[in-house]
Order: sequence, then structure tokens, then C-alpha cells
Amino acid sequence: MIYFFVIYSFGSSSQLLYCRSCDILIVMKFESIIQLKDVEFSYPAQVEAAAPAKALDGISLDIERGSFVAIVGSNGSGKSTLAKHFNALLLPGGGEVIVCGMKTSDPECTWEIRRRCGMVFQNPDNQLVSSVVEDDVAFGPENIGVEPLRIRELVDESLKAVGMYEHRKKGPHLLSGGQKQRVAIAGVLAMQPECIVFDEPTAMLDPAGRRDILKIIEALHEEGKTVILITHFMEEAALAERVIVLEGGRVAFDEAPDKLFSRAAELEKYKLGLPFAASMAQKLRALGLKVPEGTITQEGLADFICR
Amino acid sequence: MQIRVESLSHIYAEGMPFETVALEDINFTIESGSLTGIIGHTGSGKSTLMMHISGLIKPSSGRVYAGGTQIGLKTKESREAARKIGIVFQYPEYQLFEETVLKDVSFGPKNFGFSPQECEEKAKKALELVGIDPDEKGKFSPFELSGGEKRRVAIAGVLATEPEVLILDEPTAGLDPRGHREILKIIEQIRRLHKPTILLVSHNMDDIAAMADQVLVIDGGRLAMDGTAAEVFARREELASMGLGLPSTSSLLSALAARGMEIRTDIFDEDEAAREIARALRQD
Repeated sequence: MIYFFVIYSFGSSSQLLYCRSCDILIVMKFESIIQLKDVEFSYPAQVEAAAPAKALDGISLDIERGSFVAIVGSNGSGKSTLAKHFNALLLPGGGEVIVCGMKTSDPECTWEIRRRCGMVFQNPDNQLVSSVVEDDVAFGPENIGVEPLRIRELVDESLKAVGMYEHRKKGPHLLSGGQKQRVAIAGVLAMQPECIVFDEPTAMLDPAGRRDILKIIEALHEEGKTVILITHFMEEAALAERVIVLEGGRVAFDEAPDKLFSRAAELEKYKLGLPFAASMAQKLRALGLKVPEGTITQEGLADFICR
Repeated sequence: MQIRVESLSHIYAEGMPFETVALEDINFTIESGSLTGIIGHTGSGKSTLMMHISGLIKPSSGRVYAGGTQIGLKTKESREAARKIGIVFQYPEYQLFEETVLKDVSFGPKNFGFSPQECEEKAKKALELVGIDPDEKGKFSPFELSGGEKRRVAIAGVLATEPEVLILDEPTAGLDPRGHREILKIIEQIRRLHKPTILLVSHNMDDIAAMADQVLVIDGGRLAMDGTAAEVFARREELASMGLGLPSTSSLLSALAARGMEIRTDIFDEDEAAREIARALRQD
């Protein structure tokens, strides 16, 4: 029997395979949730007459639904500016951003985009609006007019997902930084988003708080949510499936972490450093040990050493 | 300048319904010219302790001495001693306020009553110390600088008062790896040139292990440990129970030891750790 396929492509992200001989339609897996096409953005110039510097300079990206993407780059490379394009907090000066099929430049879609693509910021103190934890989590769904009974369910589920259910009656000021950050995440989860953007969520936390937040991020990804993590910690970037390196508002690298962190010399140029395990692997190689390329986690390194 | 803390306790809102014991019977001594790392999870009392050492708040009971003089009294000597203690708060760049970088850095010495010329000299020296060219950037508005530069200007503002005790509360938080390394280099430089007593509060165990002569661990308002980095980071389980971790090197080495390898775990330098792993492997 001869199979005869016709391929239909829609942009760069999805393809349909149609088999004429057996009349079956196959949908290719890659479905993008966020698409950026030649996005440019400049902040207004601070000094008059000076040309505004481009914070984003022609960025094209496709973020796959359900993926875990890390974005790294030095201060001022455009990471946070980029993140704010993912849910229409900033609108592109050139090019376009499409989130869940909606253009961010369409004012009709702004609120729906923000519901579907939530954001968690660096400073937990700037994100909590209420004096009681559960009220704070309810703030989002209340604002979009969800039924009170359903709000109760959403709040409880969200607080349980981040392990803060038993603190639901407390005032946020009685919580540690890590706990506040977990409440901020619950507030986003209560909106049932498809994608969550974390903008340096662990920068202000102690080691235990950091571990808790990273565990939650990994759990959300396993549940099928799309996770975008902006970070300065290469160990955190090593947890992702894909790492995007920004430099001067452009994409410098875009690949899997094990490949990326094997390019130590090139990364040095961007002053990014390596995850600890990758750096140790390099030093061990210099001492004649044959540590495989792409060893980027402590566990992987320990596995090799004790093999 | 030596720092000595004796039976220090601090209670917030004493006698009120929300009374909280922030510090309880803290005792330690820090030698002049040393660098002491202070670790503890959020809310453990680290910042309250730093505020006591700089004389910003008064203890509920107990005493703090700087170079033999008790801090926080209304005597001339006590005030003089407190002036020699400089504190750089978390995210100090939020406290920049002047029109120009030079003016901002001059603010400290100006308050201590130095002449405008002396202030400018001190400010320029401090800016050079943090790697910012006062002739090039001195006239800039602090808000035109990058995040890392702002942080360094804020640190210069404290250095301009020429402190003999320098307290740094999370000086690298939120910086990118490059900014992080720059700050560490500046701390090393300040140590080499001026030999102040430094107290470094940090969540980064790698930095603490690499730099500190002495490590204090604060947990629940009490001093849980006081020793060298090697002594403190050997108590792995206790640290974990306080929500603290190990430096990356000892974390890896301990993981290897846990898998039955005969290996030292008290190494904080990456190169040395690599050599130890290679040595242990050859022996197997």
C-alpha cells in the first residue's frame, strides 16, 4: 500500500499531516503558546536629544505549549522587558507578539491574555494586595467576576498547590519571603493560567525559600503548564528544557541547557558563568577525567564520578 | 575595630499583643580586621542584629561594644564609636536620592561635618574604590546608571564615611553573575587597602565559605553556631534543619561521601575540590 501525505504548515509552529490514501489527519505535536515576530522595543530616552536605546532589537521566538524555558542574560540585556511582552504589560514598538492566538496589540484581548499568562515578580512584598492570605489569592478571580463558590474552590486548590493552605487566615506580613512568594504564585494559579512567567522569583529568598519555589515551578511544569523562568542563577536555568540567552536585546543562544553549558568559552564572553556542576566538570576534565559533555547537575556529576 | 556582643536580646513591641522576641541572649566577639559571614534564613534575626551593631536600635537587654566602647549610649564616646560603623542595607540603590553621583556619595561625610572640599575628596576616593571613575560619572544622575553601578555608588556612599566596621547586608542580591563578581572583588579590595572589620550577611554559602574568617549562624533569634567556615559547614544536618544549605563544593563532596567514596568534604575552593575528587578516584 502506498501512503500519500500532504503537509500543511501554519507558521513555524504547527503542521498538519493529511494522509490521502487513508483519509487521516495527523496534527504535529509542536503547538506554540507564545510567538514573537521581530519584536522591537525602546524605552523613552532619559536624556533629551539622545537616541532611545533599543531594549529589544528584533526578537523572534516560539514558546511551545507545556515547555519549561529559562531566560538568562546580564542586567540590562532585555530579560524583564521581554517578559513584560508576554502578557501585554508592554506592547511591541515593532513586530508582534501573539499569546494563545491573540495579538497583544489588540486592546480587546489584553485582559484575556493576562488571565492566561500570569506573572510572578522578584519582590514578594510588591505583589500582595490584601491583609489576609486567602483574600489576596481571591483578588484575581473576584475581579473577573467568578462565582463566589467557585472562588472558594480556586483559592483552596491554589493554596494547597503551593503548600500554603494552613496559612490561609494569616496576614502576609507574618510570612517569610519564600512563603509570600508562594502566596503570590497561588494568586496567579487561582486565575487558572496556561502559562506562568517568573521574573527572578528567587532573587530575594534564602536557600530554603529558593528550593521551595523551584520545586513548585517544576511541579507546575510537570502538570502541563508552560513555565518561563527568568533568572541570574545558572543552576536554575539548568533545570529548564530550553535556555534562551539575551544580550543587548537580541537572542544570543537558544538551546537545551546541556548543549549551552558545554560552550564554556563562548559563554564567558557574555560573563554568565556556568552552573557549578558544569564548571566542576570542566576542571575535572582538565585533570584528565573523561566527564561527558552536557553534565550540568550535581546529581549527573556525582553519577559519573561514582559510576 | 573589635566588635563584642554581650547577652544581647531584643523584643519587638514589648508588652503589646504582638510582642516578638527577635534576638535572645546573643554573645560573640569579632576580631578587628576580620571578615565575618552571617547566615540564617529570612526572619531569623540577622538584620535586627546588624541594626544593633550599627547602633540604629537599642537592645531590650545586653550590650554591644565597638573597640571597647559601648554603642547606643548618649555619651560623646558612644556616638563617636557608632560613626565608625557603616552599614549598607539590602538593595541600597533604592536609597540613592541626590542629583548627581558625586553629591550622593558626599552626603555621608557632609553630615559628619566635613568641609565641602574634604567631602568631595572622600567621595572621589570612595567612588574609585568601587571602580567608578568620578570624573566620568560623578556628574551623572544616579538614575542614569546600570543596576550594578547604582549598587556600587550606594556602597561608595557608605565607604565615603571611612568606616572601621563595614556591615554589608546581602550586597549581591539580585545582581547578575558579572555584577556579583564585581561586588566580591570590591570587598576584597576594601579589605586589602583599608582592613576594616567586615560583617557580610549573605544567603550565598559559596561566598561565605570563600571569604569569611568566622561564620555566625542565626536561627530563631539565637546564635546557633559560631566558628570557622570549615567548622560550621561540617554540621550539615543541623544547617539543613535551619533551612540553610552547604557551599556547592561541600554539597557535591558530601554527596560523593554519602555514596561511599572516601573523600574530604571541607573544601570550599573549586580547583582544590576537583583535585580531591581526582585523588579519591585514583585511590579506588
